[in-house]
Amino acid sequence: MKVLVFIKRVVDYNVRVKVRPDGSGVDTDGVKMSINPFDEIALEEALRMREAGQADEVIVVSAGTSDCQQQLRTGLAMGADRAIQIDTDKPLQPLTAARAFQALVEQQQPGVVLLGKQAIDDDNNQTGQMLAALWGRPQATNAAKIELSGDTARVTREVDAGLEVLDIDLPAVITTDLRLNTPRFVKLPDIMKAKKKPLDVVALDGLVSDAGNDLKIGNWSPPPQRGKGIMVDDVAGLVTELKSRGLL
Amino acid sequence: MSEREVMEYDVTIVGAGPAGLSCALRLKQLNSELNVCVIEKAAEVGAHILSGAVIETGPLDDLLPDWRDNPPPICVAAQRDEFLLLSKTGARRLPTPPQQNNHGNVIVSLGALCGWLAPQAESLGVDIFPGYAASAIAWKQDGSVSGVVIGDMGVDKSGQPKDTYVEGIEIHAPVTVLAEGCRGHLSKQLIKHFSLDKDCDPQTYGIGMKELWRLPEGRVQPGLIQHTIGWPLDPRTYGGSFVYHLDDNRLALGFVVALDYADPAFSPFEALQQFKHHPRMRALLEGGEIISSGARALVEGGYQSLPNTQMPGALLIGDAAGLLNVPKIKGTHQAMRSGMLAAEHLHQQHQSDGLRSDGFDQALRGSAIVSELKRVRNIRPGFHKGLWFGLANAVWETATAGFSPWTMRQHADHTALQQNLSVQRDWVERELPPKDRLASVYFAATEHDEDQPVHLQILEPDVCLTRCAEEYDHPCTRFCPASVYEMVEDEQGKRLQINAANCVHCKTCDIKDPYQIINWVTPEGGAGPNYQNL
Repeated sequence: MKVLVFIKRVVDYNVRVKVRPDGSGVDTDGVKMSINPFDEIALEEALRMREAGQADEVIVVSAGTSDCQQQLRTGLAMGADRAIQIDTDKPLQPLTAARAFQALVEQQQPGVVLLGKQAIDDDNNQTGQMLAALWGRPQATNAAKIELSGDTARVTREVDAGLEVLDIDLPAVITTDLRLNTPRFVKLPDIMKAKKKPLDVVALDGLVSDAGNDLKIGNWSPPPQRGKGIMVDDVAGLVTELKSRGLL
Repeated sequence: MSEREVMEYDVTIVGAGPAGLSCALRLKQLNSELNVCVIEKAAEVGAHILSGAVIETGPLDDLLPDWRDNPPPICVAAQRDEFLLLSKTGARRLPTPPQQNNHGNVIVSLGALCGWLAPQAESLGVDIFPGYAASAIAWKQDGSVSGVVIGDMGVDKSGQPKDTYVEGIEIHAPVTVLAEGCRGHLSKQLIKHFSLDKDCDPQTYGIGMKELWRLPEGRVQPGLIQHTIGWPLDPRTYGGSFVYHLDDNRLALGFVVALDYADPAFSPFEALQQFKHHPRMRALLEGGEIISSGARALVEGGYQSLPNTQMPGALLIGDAAGLLNVPKIKGTHQAMRSGMLAAEHLHQQHQSDGLRSDGFDQALRGSAIVSELKRVRNIRPGFHKGLWFGLANAVWETATAGFSPWTMRQHADHTALQQNLSVQRDWVERELPPKDRLASVYFAATEHDEDQPVHLQILEPDVCLTRCAEEYDHPCTRFCPASVYEMVEDEQGKRLQINAANCVHCKTCDIKDPYQIINWVTPEGGAGPNYQNL
């Protein structure tokens, strides 16, 4: 069985993002970029499936300029067998990404598609769901545990009310949550091995005819700065202050 | 423990800074067959690099003749130099010292420059491994250096392996080049082990802190280079500020304080923040925002403190050797030149009788790199006698081009603190960000997994609560620019708490601690600051 893992190149979670002064987006100049942490968990899960003998090939895929080959090479160094870059110089919105992924899924015929529940840059939490709908296959989102057996998967999700267990037929799309696993460190010699693994480039236009991103983004701005606080002496003082601001 | 896995290279370079990358690039330019790797503890090349930085372009012209067609991401031609003596509210213009004439130089972000050099080295076939810390020396049976040991990953606080544990490998090479920068922790061990400093003075250091700001439209004058001395420092403390005007409304500013300051109550971080509140600076900065900030120690010992730079199986280059030129306030050109010189030397050796470290120290001392240091050797130590003597002496040494028959001595910084010293500081209320060191660390984007062994080892913890409490009242809680050291009092009594996750890898503690009981070792690879364009 093939496992297809989609990873996104995002601003590293340690970086303090800044909006560009002209409001045209987030400043990524000189900023560290990484694999979206949820996608890294998805890749780790795929590698564990292969190591458990449940999968025989792990393919890691990303969409973007040649810059995202850096993240694909990291994925190969972690242990993926081969990589595919969907070449585009436009940032993809979820529906466009899902359409492109669907075309790739139809070509590759994987048994399981894994991706993070959301990317930490735009926090959309949409691509996995859209991909499942377009592909016409089951979906299990926010997976905290995945057990494969034959043609089905049992996926445990952490929901507000507790744990929800889904049994789904494969092939299916599973999106991963934070507590599923802890991704491995890359061993240094594996970086060298990754340089020799295959990395194919396909043009976005070759996968989807309608590549237009339909959502228009007007302007970006940072959240308003919090004003200076005041100290109140006691509860009565607090109540007075809240009332005077019409908050109580 | 099992035998570690080994990778073999012809030359292993520790540290992807200007020295290490220049060495790697030059080696591959001279002989593309050589297998060269560069180990870097930062998660990305450039993420641990912090410098002013106004650089001389000569070494870049040598290394990459076409570099101006594809310049580094931040590269602003120097336009005008200003040298100011500050009082609390005033500023007097002084003649710019000739060493600081920056005509023809460029202002860069050294971090961005390294991030720009790395792919060019990789395209020549250099293997660069960011995110891996060279944590120990690997030795040959004959006592020579065989290479480095990469730190284990996935070890918990108590030293036990976690689920993600990966044993570090060894990287062996006929020659290992240490390009770790100032106070490299492997360089420090090797200098001690081989007594490389037995014929020179102790190394001396400074701490440099830097902030990158974005200012409201119209305030930045691209290419303007300002240096100040005087306030907020007292005349016995050597140091000053730099303010470099970049493009795109960006301003690089920083403060350097020599670590031979005497007052245990002094805080270098506070000096930087005070400087920002000088009326001239405040007017410039108000309404702007900080993009990135950090700190790094630098070498100041120069010619007198230069150790032997070769040992069996290894070399020291750049600031790991200590090549910064203090009166010029520049070290990048020296670092790059020494990297290229090491490469040229190794290439010659390779062609004759194989890769060996022999003869490098002699080649370095015969080069323009060391003669440049010799010429200015008495300027920095002149300031041991205070600012006014230092300035007068600097004029003399400059006028005589270093031909004075004497050489002034250097003294170890950790011996400089004085007990019961009370220095009145004419300091002001602060309002500009960051309000404290924790807020500043936030802009360094520093990150360490909390569940790993503390990488700041206190060799004799008792000293903190006994001798140090009495003699200096815990200077570590003030000299650290990242609030790593904190004295806390709880049910168990008073103790030193080490907030290792805040560490920005500046090495100041390892240098300035008066008892020399703080030992900085490498944390897990990839940990530490994530500087953006510093």
